Amino acid sequence: MDLNFSPEEQAFQAEVQAFLAEALPAEIADRVGRGEEPTRDDMERWHAILNEKGWLAGTWPAEFGGQGWGPIELHIFEEECAKASAPRIVPFGTKMLGPVLQKFGTPEQQAEYLPRILDGRDWWCQGYSEPGAGSDLASLKTKAERDGDVYVVNGQKTWTTLGQYANRIFCLVRTKFEGKPQEGISFLLIDLDTPGIEMRPIRLIEGGYEVNEVFFTDVRVPVENLVGEENMGWTIAKYLLGHERTNIAGTGFSVQALAQVKALARQVKRRGKALIENPLFAARLASVEAELEAVKITNLRMLSKAAAGGQLGAEPSMLKIKGTVIRQELNDLARRALGPAAAPFPSEDLDNLAIAPKGHAQNAAGYFNNRKISIYGGSNEIQRNILAKGMMRG
Amino acid sequence: MSDDRRMLADMLARFLADACPVEARVDVAYAAPWHSEAAWTGLAELGAFYALASEEAGGMGGTGFDISVVFEALGRALCPEPVLPTLLGLRLLAAAGRHVDDVLAGQRVAVGIGEVDAPYDLDGIETRAEDGRLTGRKSVVYGGAGAERFLIAAQNSGKLALFEVKAKDAQVSGYGMIDGGPAAEVFLDGAPGELVLADAQDALEDALDAGALALCAEALGAMEVVQGILIDYLKTRKQFGQLIGAFQALQHRAIDLGIEIEQARSIVILAASAEGAPEFGKRVAQAKFLVGKIARLVSEEAIQMHGGIGITWEYPLAHYAKRLVMIDAQLGDTDWHLERLMGALSAE
Repeated sequence: MDLNFSPEEQAFQAEVQAFLAEALPAEIADRVGRGEEPTRDDMERWHAILNEKGWLAGTWPAEFGGQGWGPIELHIFEEECAKASAPRIVPFGTKMLGPVLQKFGTPEQQAEYLPRILDGRDWWCQGYSEPGAGSDLASLKTKAERDGDVYVVNGQKTWTTLGQYANRIFCLVRTKFEGKPQEGISFLLIDLDTPGIEMRPIRLIEGGYEVNEVFFTDVRVPVENLVGEENMGWTIAKYLLGHERTNIAGTGFSVQALAQVKALARQVKRRGKALIENPLFAARLASVEAELEAVKITNLRMLSKAAAGGQLGAEPSMLKIKGTVIRQELNDLARRALGPAAAPFPSEDLDNLAIAPKGHAQNAAGYFNNRKISIYGGSNEIQRNILAKGMMRG
Repeated sequence: MSDDRRMLADMLARFLADACPVEARVDVAYAAPWHSEAAWTGLAELGAFYALASEEAGGMGGTGFDISVVFEALGRALCPEPVLPTLLGLRLLAAAGRHVDDVLAGQRVAVGIGEVDAPYDLDGIETRAEDGRLTGRKSVVYGGAGAERFLIAAQNSGKLALFEVKAKDAQVSGYGMIDGGPAAEVFLDGAPGELVLADAQDALEDALDAGALALCAEALGAMEVVQGILIDYLKTRKQFGQLIGAFQALQHRAIDLGIEIEQARSIVILAASAEGAPEFGKRVAQAKFLVGKIARLVSEEAIQMHGGIGITWEYPLAHYAKRLVMIDAQLGDTDWHLERLMGALSAE
């Protein structure tokens, strides 16, 4: 097979690189490159810049304001963004709800919500997981009971990423209690200003705040906020999760992380020599680099199959497992390269002490925070179950 | 384990459960002064530091097993008190024939060895002494924030020497660590220092080995707690209509961790038994290498098998996991100690 992009794809890649070089604000790229969370303002600014260019939701069809990108163009765009240390595009509106509304929404819902996703008026968050239903979504308990022209919602959601910035949430709720658990779920759009909603922060292992718990007490939601038909939420959720899983290998992030670890290993010393000359460290680095090259090609093989109209089976699950483990290994190498200099709790006061080389004070925090990537979006164990089911069927 | 040590272990466990409960630790270990003054005083009053020094040095212990018992208890409790620098300080001062009564009574001493370009490396030390004045920088000095005095390794007349520097004579920038507890950068700019040992190479190597043994024992205590938390979770958390502990894939992984932890216990016992013998350095290197590897595995696997809850600040596992991973970066990581072993192989 041809491992090179076509001339058109290469031209697109060059266009993306040129755009990033010009349009991505340096102070934002610096922050992201240092491993810090982009601020809310960073994310909103970057969204506006991308929207101006028409690239915020490149995969959306032109009629909804997108470019109609296929999987390879999306891949090129996301890889280049990651390599340039652009803030991630918050996926809840653009990659999750947008495609759902385009496939299952009414014309009124599409006209109402899609433009607001693009221009930033709405910041959506996701209400899927619950304390008793992490990867096992079918067992969710948050209920929505019909009362005239509203649903009355009661229950609790958790792991709501960046919910603190959001004004709306899309939720999976239980509308039927008998029959198979998957058959009683509905997909509901909820305005977070509605009375009865409380959002509480969850602090994570490294001290940061990016996820929340959301509590619903007698929250009244208009029935026109139902997407699709009542009790077809499971179908929608599966469609949406399929989208979530496509870029989960995150090889662009790994490419960037690998370059950073190499640069760091040239800077720091052990026994009077640069760490990169240390055979044990160099062996770990070379080994993960080989793994990364392989997963990049696995990813491209999957993309060319998808671009040719092929059905993707096990590939996204394989990519998720391998891609996340490689990223975590690179995070570990970055932390390990610093040695004791990774130990200080990151804070602005410490920057002028220069304990770690510039840009690396967050290495340990990044390592701990990124334990999440093999857990969220269907943990790696769940991905293995999916792969095993496929194998036994086949 | 001897009866004396069993009593010491029980007494420490009871004291730490009371003075340093893990729920309170979450506040104490991450805000200045990054430990509890009351817990520190309590440990001193309990006589815990006497277990870290030999009788000749004024203590009542100091063997490898004494060190292990104390630090395993600290690890189980995830105690952020800076006892490691006390152990190093006691050993170095004893090697110099100095009095250690004030340290045994709880005076805070910290030991400055590692530097920015030589985190683990005695040969790479660049801090210099000239006419009793020290110049250089000691980086990530554990327990450095709040220490009253520092023992500093420095080049002096062509030898590696040990000096005592009062905290007020150095520029000490204290901070907390990502896994809790106090540390500091120590900047020496012609700071007056008192020569403690003119040729400190052997004493420093011995103190670093004793410290590495202590860290291994601390990790062992913490790993056993993590294994307990994990098994409780597997026995209570339900997904897909059953306890997740019913999944054989998870059972096997949890059991593999148990096997590794037994290996860690064995190598720590072996290292402790070699204290004072010629092969102490080799045994410590084997222990720190294996424990570093196993501690990371236990930490990552326990988090993964918990799912999201395992990476929340509210859940004690997250703090144990951080300590277990970061312990590897103290006094030589897995690669560092593996290199020591590789070097010894070629010399056999």
